[in-house]
Amino acid sequence: MHYIPNILFAILLVVGIGFFTKNVKKLIRNIKLGKDIDRSDNSSQRWKNMANVALGQSKMVSRPVAGILHIIVYLGFIIINIEVIEIIIDGLFGTHRVFAFAGGLYSFLIGSFEILAFLVLISVIIFWIRRMIIRIPRFWNKEMTSWPKNDALNILYFEMVLMSLFLIMNAADLNLQLLGADHYVEAGSFPISKYIAGWLPQNIDTLIFIERSAWWIHIIGIFIFLNYLYYSKHLHVLLAFPNTYYANLDPKGKLNNLESVTTEVKMMLDPDADPYAMPEETKTDEVPEKFGANDVVDLNWIQLMNAYTCTECGRCTSVCPANQTGKELSPRAIMMKTRDRIEEVGKNIDLNGSFKEDDKSLFTTISNEEIWACTSCNACVEECPVQIDPLSIIVELRRYLVMEQSSAPQELNMMFTNIENNGAPWQYNQMDRLNWKDE
Amino acid sequence: MKVPTMAEMMAEGKSPEVLFWVGCAGSYDDRAKKITKAFVKILNNANIEFAVLGTEESCSGDPAKRAGNEFLFQMQAMTNIEILNAYEIKKIVTACPHCYNTLKNEYPELGGNYQVMHHTEYLKLLLDDGRLTIEGGQFAGKRITFHDPCYLGRANGIYEAPRDLIKKMDVELVEMKRCKSDGLCCGAGGAQMFKDSEKGDKEIFVERTEDALEVEPAIIATGCPFCNTMMTDGIKNKEKEEEVQVLDIAEIIASAKE
Ligand code: SF4
Ligand code: SF4
Repeated sequence: MHYIPNILFAILLVVGIGFFTKNVKKLIRNIKLGKDIDRSDNSSQRWKNMANVALGQSKMVSRPVAGILHIIVYLGFIIINIEVIEIIIDGLFGTHRVFAFAGGLYSFLIGSFEILAFLVLISVIIFWIRRMIIRIPRFWNKEMTSWPKNDALNILYFEMVLMSLFLIMNAADLNLQLLGADHYVEAGSFPISKYIAGWLPQNIDTLIFIERSAWWIHIIGIFIFLNYLYYSKHLHVLLAFPNTYYANLDPKGKLNNLESVTTEVKMMLDPDADPYAMPEETKTDEVPEKFGANDVVDLNWIQLMNAYTCTECGRCTSVCPANQTGKELSPRAIMMKTRDRIEEVGKNIDLNGSFKEDDKSLFTTISNEEIWACTSCNACVEECPVQIDPLSIIVELRRYLVMEQSSAPQELNMMFTNIENNGAPWQYNQMDRLNWKDE
Repeated sequence: MKVPTMAEMMAEGKSPEVLFWVGCAGSYDDRAKKITKAFVKILNNANIEFAVLGTEESCSGDPAKRAGNEFLFQMQAMTNIEILNAYEIKKIVTACPHCYNTLKNEYPELGGNYQVMHHTEYLKLLLDDGRLTIEGGQFAGKRITFHDPCYLGRANGIYEAPRDLIKKMDVELVEMKRCKSDGLCCGAGGAQMFKDSEKGDKEIFVERTEDALEVEPAIIATGCPFCNTMMTDGIKNKEKEEEVQVLDIAEIIASAKE
């Protein structure tokens, strides 16, 4: 009987971590649905970039209020989680505050955790106010309804509850320590929860009930939260690191040159090329390469990781010139729709063993109107706190529309024709190109 | 105005210090041609041996690439690279950030390796080397704001060269609330120049012009022929042609002494 809580805890731990591992595996599998792209270069610069942007949150502070609050929540979140180590050991072995022997250091740690927990709680409440009372516009764009909106709120509520439970647990513990209850060694310092302690009853049994309940709900909450990540924009707490490590280090203006196109163009321009020769590697049963992307498998794995990393903060959309002037395009929505589609393809594979054609694509949710509204200004890329590149996806979709579907807007087709015929996007004669000199 | 072509130079057995890549807007667009000529005037006055490709130049392919037509882009790129390489070009200067970006970043993989400079970078270099002098002249004391072209600023991280030039002119440089890496696009990039915008509640160039008018400049300085067109349209839209001029930095420098 005595061991029941320990056994329950062990089961909880195994189930919690087991599910989490399963989700991580699924996540990796889904990201790998994307095409290969080599970003193994410049590892020292990449580490530095990751340290700066993910760990140091350098891009967050471009908006100081949100930036600083976010740093508090983030630091609090990481540091308070050190306490989870103690909770797990206590849970497994039936000990209580197993690290209490550290004395002064322990008091210092618990005291710091309390202060951080309090700061996190305040910050999260301010976040909630910004979202729900001040209603900052970027949280209310049209893609931020239903799940995305609830997801954002769920996270805030989760953190409020977890932080409160942590403080209540400590408050009850403090009272129990003062009452000299069995098992409750005097340990820790409680700069915040001592104010809550006064409101709690002074009865040992009730206090133990409160302390145990808070302890259990807190740790169960943490495991639920851990498993919630996969379904949430909160996944960025993990993916921000690889995402910034693998971020694009080239100048933002550089678009990749499609190699498959290079081969063909070289053939076309080469006067010695045998027009009837088949390129060596092309076998007849091979599917010809698709130009651009209409589905997630045509994007590269970094673009797919980008989609999973998106925090849905909307900073990109709030600086997008197209979005600001009322166009359909929202770079955040591009990322969200990409993620939704990866999930859909992933579920399809889970269900059918391999992907079964479902007559859907990225264009099921992304309209041509969105794609053509982009000015390729890179504002979204510059602004993203986790270095996501929505523009690269937009370009791939345009490539598909133009090269696979020939469905560019009419005016752009005219521009193409002009370039083909006279080497300029307008209808001027190539031979007049130097006329300005004498005008 | 002296504008030698590469073919002429070659015939004389000479090679220029730098190739001036004029670009399509600079060659054909009436407004942009003025920028081209202003830049040539500066080069002539500073006795720079430059050349243009003239009728051998062709669209860099930027609008095709940004519109998703990778075939057309690479056709253009490879044709241009063939000519540039045949003339053994090493250094290129251009007044168009779109050509600049494409030639600098996207041509190397296709076999075109050159030192590519935006005209503001190049003028800054000449200035630092003492080969060019800049004075405020008729612009001294005026309020000027600089609109960052996306393809110079965010795309390639160049924010200071154009500002350094402006500061040399004894003018009052005022920054818009969105400037440098936060600068708002004029609305022309990504091939938007060649089509109507999608439906919305405002034109991007109007939004950007409002940013500029907020700081009450006498001159909006630009560094891109497309930005220039868009900002000029914006000023017309706001009926401010009398009070505010839209000028390329090259035009400001070239006409200061007039
Ligand atoms: S690059 Fe396109 S999507 Fe991104 S901010 Fe500019 S216009 Fe918007
Ligand atoms: S792409 Fe970046 S800036 Fe845009 S919503 Fe996602 S995380 Fe925020």
